[in-house]
Amino acid sequence: MNIAPDIPKPSLMGFTLPVMALAGALVGYVVGTAKGNVPAGIAGGAAVAAALAFVLAAFVPQRTAGRIGAAVVFAALGAAIGGVAGGVAGILIGLVLSWIAYWLATGAYRAGVPVYATAGEVLWHNSFRVICGLIFFFLIAPIIIVLPLAFNAENFFTFTPKMLALDPEGYSLKHFRDFLSNPDWTRPLKNSFIIAPLATIISVSLGTLAAIGLSQSHVPGRRAIMAILISPMIVPLIISATGMFFFYSKLGIWMEDTVGLSKDISGYIKVVLAHSVLGIPFVIITVTATLVGFDRSLTRAAANMGAGPVRTFFKVQMPLIMPGVISGALFAFITSFDEVVVVLFVGSASQKTLPWQMFTGLREQISPTILAVAAVLVAFSVVLLTTVELLRRRSERLRGMSPT
Amino acid sequence: MKLCSAFLATTALTLAAGSASAIDLTFVSWGGAYQNSQLKAYVEPYVAAHPDVSVVWDESSSEAVAKLRAMNEAGNLTWDLVDVTIADAMRLCDEGLAMEVDFDTMLAPAPDGTSASDDFGDLLLSECFIPQIVYSITFGYRNDVAEWNGATPTSVCDVFDTTKFPGKRSLYKGPLYNMEWALLCDGVAKEEIYNVLGTDEGVDRAFKKLDSIKDQVVWWTAGAETPQLLADGEVVIGSTYNGRLFSVIAEQKQPVSMLWDAQIYDLDGWIIPTGLPEDRLQAVKDFLFFATDTQRLADQAKFISYGPARKSSAPLVGKHQELGIDMAPHMPTDPANATNVVMMDFPWWADHRDDLDAKFQAWLAQ
Amino acid sequence: MSDTTQASPMKAADGTPLKKSLTRALRRQKLRALALIAPLLIFVLFTFILPIADMLFRSVENQIVGDTLPNTVQALKAWDQASDEAPGEQVFRALSVDLQVAAELKQHTRLGTRLNYENPGVSSLFRSSGRGADKIGKDFQDRLVELDPAWKEGETWATIFGTDEWLAAEAAWDADRAGKQPAFRMRDGIDEALPLTAHAYQVFVKDVQGAGKNPATTKPWRVFYDALSQDLGANPDPASAALPSAQATLIAATSTAIAGDSFSYKDAFLDMDTGWGAVSTWETIKAYSAPYTAGYFLNAVDLEKGADGIAVRPPEERIYIKLFARTMWMSLLITVSCLVLGYPVAWLLANLRASTSNLLMILVLLPFWTSLLVRTSAWKVLLQQQGVINDILVWLRIVDDGNRLVMINNQMGTIIAMTHILLPFMILPLYSVMKTVPPTYLRAARSLGATPWTAFWRVYFPQSVPGIGAGSILVFILAIGYYITPELVGGTQGVFISNRIAFHISSSLNWGLAAALGAILLGVVLLLYYTYDKIVGIDNVKLG
Repeated sequence: MNIAPDIPKPSLMGFTLPVMALAGALVGYVVGTAKGNVPAGIAGGAAVAAALAFVLAAFVPQRTAGRIGAAVVFAALGAAIGGVAGGVAGILIGLVLSWIAYWLATGAYRAGVPVYATAGEVLWHNSFRVICGLIFFFLIAPIIIVLPLAFNAENFFTFTPKMLALDPEGYSLKHFRDFLSNPDWTRPLKNSFIIAPLATIISVSLGTLAAIGLSQSHVPGRRAIMAILISPMIVPLIISATGMFFFYSKLGIWMEDTVGLSKDISGYIKVVLAHSVLGIPFVIITVTATLVGFDRSLTRAAANMGAGPVRTFFKVQMPLIMPGVISGALFAFITSFDEVVVVLFVGSASQKTLPWQMFTGLREQISPTILAVAAVLVAFSVVLLTTVELLRRRSERLRGMSPT
Repeated sequence: MKLCSAFLATTALTLAAGSASAIDLTFVSWGGAYQNSQLKAYVEPYVAAHPDVSVVWDESSSEAVAKLRAMNEAGNLTWDLVDVTIADAMRLCDEGLAMEVDFDTMLAPAPDGTSASDDFGDLLLSECFIPQIVYSITFGYRNDVAEWNGATPTSVCDVFDTTKFPGKRSLYKGPLYNMEWALLCDGVAKEEIYNVLGTDEGVDRAFKKLDSIKDQVVWWTAGAETPQLLADGEVVIGSTYNGRLFSVIAEQKQPVSMLWDAQIYDLDGWIIPTGLPEDRLQAVKDFLFFATDTQRLADQAKFISYGPARKSSAPLVGKHQELGIDMAPHMPTDPANATNVVMMDFPWWADHRDDLDAKFQAWLAQ
Repeated sequence: MSDTTQASPMKAADGTPLKKSLTRALRRQKLRALALIAPLLIFVLFTFILPIADMLFRSVENQIVGDTLPNTVQALKAWDQASDEAPGEQVFRALSVDLQVAAELKQHTRLGTRLNYENPGVSSLFRSSGRGADKIGKDFQDRLVELDPAWKEGETWATIFGTDEWLAAEAAWDADRAGKQPAFRMRDGIDEALPLTAHAYQVFVKDVQGAGKNPATTKPWRVFYDALSQDLGANPDPASAALPSAQATLIAATSTAIAGDSFSYKDAFLDMDTGWGAVSTWETIKAYSAPYTAGYFLNAVDLEKGADGIAVRPPEERIYIKLFARTMWMSLLITVSCLVLGYPVAWLLANLRASTSNLLMILVLLPFWTSLLVRTSAWKVLLQQQGVINDILVWLRIVDDGNRLVMINNQMGTIIAMTHILLPFMILPLYSVMKTVPPTYLRAARSLGATPWTAFWRVYFPQSVPGIGAGSILVFILAIGYYITPELVGGTQGVFISNRIAFHISSSLNWGLAAALGAILLGVVLLLYYTYDKIVGIDNVKLG
C-alpha cells in the first residue's frame, strides 16, 4: 500500500527552504570551523543548501540525476576549498543534502505516519528515528572507527596527521601482512579454528539432547537442572577459570599418564572441554526457546505412522528446531572464539588462541596488528551474520511463512 | 556430514603434525621488543643449529609467580624456561619453585677462560637466577608540551612538580620504584631510602608524596603502556623500561626524550622451574649454555638497549641491527647516563614486597 | 461412562488398570527425559560445578598454619593472649624446630605470605627468621659434631629412627635403584623417646625420598641437632627403645655432655627480629591455627579477627564493601543505560517490516560478535583525551584544547564501554517480547481516543515489562561479573570486584580471599538469578 501520493506536497517557501537552510547551516558550521571562519560558513551553508533545494525541487524531478549532480557540484566545490579530502567530504555533503532536499520536498518525511497525524506527531516520529539512528551509530561506530587504524603505517593506535589528510603514505597493509605471515598470529588463528568448532560440536550435541529432554512435560527437578546447566553463564568468568585450572590440570595429567595422549593433544582436549561448557547455556536457551513453539502432535503423528523415536527425531523434530540449534551453535562458536579468561588459565602456550594473542598484544606489545585481526574478524562476522539471515529466510520459505 | 568428517580429518592431521617434532619447549617472557630480541639473539640461532627443537612463547612473565605456584600445586608444569626479574626470581627460589643452578658447570666460561660465576660477578644475587640483562626503570617525557613553555624535566623530582610540568603521568601500578622516587624527592638521601622505607612512618611519608600527584597518574602494569600513552600524548611523562623508550624514540621517531636522572637498575634473567622431566631439563640446560654465553648476550644488545649481564660481553656491544646506530650510548650503564643511579636493594624487596604490595593496593583503592 | 467407573477400574487395551498403565507411561516418559538430560548434566556437574565448588572451598581452608608449624601451634595452646606478653620459652623452642623444617622444605615464606594477609609485616618476619633459625641449627650442629663426628653421618640418624628391615630394604633399593623406594618404618617407641627429632626425621625422609635419594646416605638436616638437644633436655635418658647398642651409647654420651648447656630460644628469636616479641604476631598465629577459618570471609567484608572477637578493619584497609557497592551501583547504571538505549531500538526493530528489521538486526549483532577485546580497545581509541571524540569536539570548538574531557580510566569509561558491550543482551530479549505484542492494540487504544502517550504507557508498556525484566537481569548479572573491560578502561576508580578477584588470583596470590570474594559475588548472582527465574522464568530468554 503506497500512501505517498495522498500526502500533499509541503510548501516550498514556507517549509522546505527554511528547513534546508537550517541543515545547510549545520554543515556550514562544520566546514566553517575547519576553515577558521564560522559565521561565513553558517551563512554560506544556509544559502547554498536553500539554493540546492530550490533547484532540485523546481527543476530536477529525477532523483538519481539530481543527487549525482549535487554530489559532483559539491565535490568540485570541496576540492577547490580543501584538496582531496575536501573533495571526498564534498561528495558526502552533496549526497546527504540532496537526499534531505528530496525527502522534504516530496513529502516523503510523512510516509511513516498515518495521514491524520499532527505536525507534532510527524516531528516526534522523525525525531524518534533519528534517535534510533544515533543508537545504532553508537553500536556500530567503535567498530567502524577502529578499522581504518588497521591500515596505519605507524605502530601505534593513533590517527596520524597523514592519515587524516588521506595521504596514501599514511596507510599501509603491513599489519595485515604481519597478521597473515607472522607465526605469532597464524598459529593462534589455527588454534582458534581447531578449538571453536570442536567445542561447538560438543555443546550443541549434548545441549540439544538435554534441551529436548527438558522440554518434555514431566521432568523432575526441572528448575534445579536448568539452573545447573545455565550456571556457566552466570558464574563470574574469573572464578570459573581458576576453578577449572585445577580440575583440568588433574584431567591433563590423567590423560597424559594413564591414557598416554601427547601433551599437545591433551592440551587441546582440555581447552575444548572447558569452552564447550561455557557454550552450553546459549545452546540450552536458544533450543528450549524454539521447542516452546514446537507442535508436539507432529511427533505423535510420526509415531502413529510407525516411525521409531530416532527416525522421528531426525526426520521430523530436527529439521523444525534447526534454526534454534544453528543460532545456539553460533553463540557457542562465538563464545569459544572470543573467550580469553578461561583459555589463559586452562590452556598452555601451544593452545594459544586468537583472543589470547590479542590480549597479550594489548598488554605487552601494543600494535595495530590487533586491529588488522579485528578487521578480518569483523568481515568474518558479517559473513556469518549474512549466512544466518539467509538461512533464516530459507527456513521461513520452507515453512511457508513469507516475510511480512 | 561429509564436510564435517573432512574437517575432523584435517584437524587430526594438524594435531598429529604438531606433536611429531622431537621436543617442544615453552619459554616464558615479556612479549614485545624484548621478547623479540631474545628470539633473534638466542632462539633463532639455536633452533637453526638444532632443528629438532621448537620453541613456543608464552607472554606471561608478569604473572610468572602466580602461575608457577598454581602449576606446582596442580602438579602440571607446562613451562620450561622462565624469564623473570630478580625480585620474582628470589621469591620463586625461596618457595622452591625455581631450580638452584650451578653456574660454573651449567654456563659457558668467558672467551678468555674466566669462569661464569666471575664473569657475572656480583649480579649473581640468587642461587636460582641466571642474569641476562641490566635494565633500568626511568622516565620518558614528551618534548613538545606547549604548557611547559620550553622547560624540560631534568630531575626525577620534576615528576612530582605539577605546577611547572602540568599534565598526566604514568607510573607503575605497584610499590616498586615509586616508593623510592617518592622518598628521594621528599628529601631522603639515596643511601637512606631503604632504612626509611622499612619503617611505618617512612611508608606513610612515601604515600603522602605520591598523594600529591595521585589524581594525575595513569597506572601501568605492562611495559608497553607508557610508550603508547606517550605516543598518543595521553601522558606527558611516564616511567617505563629504558629499552621501550629507546624503541619509541629511535625506532618509532616519536617526540619523546629520556630522563636518565635517578634511574633504578633492575636485573632480568632466566630461571628453570623445579620439577622438569629429565629430557626437557637437558634440552633447557643445553639451550641455556648456548644462550648465556658472552657473544649471545652481546648480540641481544643489537636489538634492544639493555646492558648485557656478563662483563666480558660489554666490549662486544655493537650497532643496532636495523638502524645502524651505536648502542653503547643508549645503555643504562653508559657513564653519561649513569650519573645518578638508584641501586635497588633486591634482598630488602624480597623481604618486604608482600607487606608493601598490600599497603599500596589499599592506598590505591582509597 | 459413569457406571463403568463405579463398577470396575478402567482398563487399558492389554488389560492392566488404566491408572497403573498411565503411571507406568509417565514414569517411562520421565526416565526418557532424564536419559536425554543426563549426559549433559553429568558433564556440567563434573567439569564445572565440582571445580567451582572446589575453588570456592579455598575460602575457608587454612591447613597451612597447622601443617607448617605443628609443634608451635600445639605449644601455643597453653599461651594466654590476655597476658599481653609474648609466649614463653616453650613456644620458641617448638618454633625453632618448625621453622627450620619449614625452611628446609621452603615453606616458611609461603606461610609468611599467608599470615601477611592478616597482619602485614609477618612476611618479612618469616623470611628473615628462616635464615636466622638455620643459624641456630648450625650452632647445635657444631656442638654435637664436636662431641662425636658420627652425628655428621646420615647413617647414624637412619639407624636411630628407622627399623632394621626398612634400613635393609632401603640399602637393597640403593644398590640397583630399581622400582619404588621402601616406605619408611619408624623404630618402635622412638617417637615417644625423641618426639621432636622423630617428627623432623619423618618429614626429612619423605622429602629426600621424594627427590629420589636414599635418606641413609643423605646429609642430615641441621634441625635434627636442635631437636635432639631439646628432646634430650626434656628426657635425658631415652633408653626405652630397642636401639642398636652403638647408637644407644652415642645418645647416652651426648645426653650427659649437653646436660649442662643452656640456650634461650626466646632471646635468640628476639635478637633476630623484634617482631617475635609482639603480641600481635602471636595472636595472628594463634587465631589462624585452626584448619578452617572464617578469616577470608571476614576480610572480604572489611572485618578482622582481633584480640577481642570480630572487629571492623582500620579505615585505610576498608576497601571491599566499597568495591561491592561500587560494582552494584555501576552495574545498575549500566543496566539502566542499556535499557534507555535498548528500548527504542527494540521497539523499532519489532515494528518495522521484517526485511528492514533483519537488516538492522545485523547492526545489533555485529558488535555482539566482534571480539570483546577489539571493542574495548576501540573505546580506548575513541575516549582517551587525545582520542577521536575529544579531537572532534576540539575541532568543532565545543571543547577548549586545554580542557579536553576525561572519559577514560574512570567510571565513565567503564560505563560507556560496558553499556556498548552489553546493549545487545538488552535488545534481544526486549525484541523477542515486543515481537509478540500485536500492533493492533496500540491502534485500538488510539481509535478509542487515547493520546499517543497514554496509549503507549497504559497499553504497550505493561506488555513489554517481561522483556525489560529479562534484559535487565541478564545485563546486570553479566555486568557484575565482568573484569577485562573495566581493567582496560576503568583506571583505579572504575574497576569492579572481579578485578580485585583477578588481582588476588594472579598477583597477590591470596587465593583464599579471592575465593571468599568470589563466593559472595556468586551468592549475589544466584540470588538475582533466583529472582529472575521467579519473575520471568529462564525459558523466556530468547537470544535472537
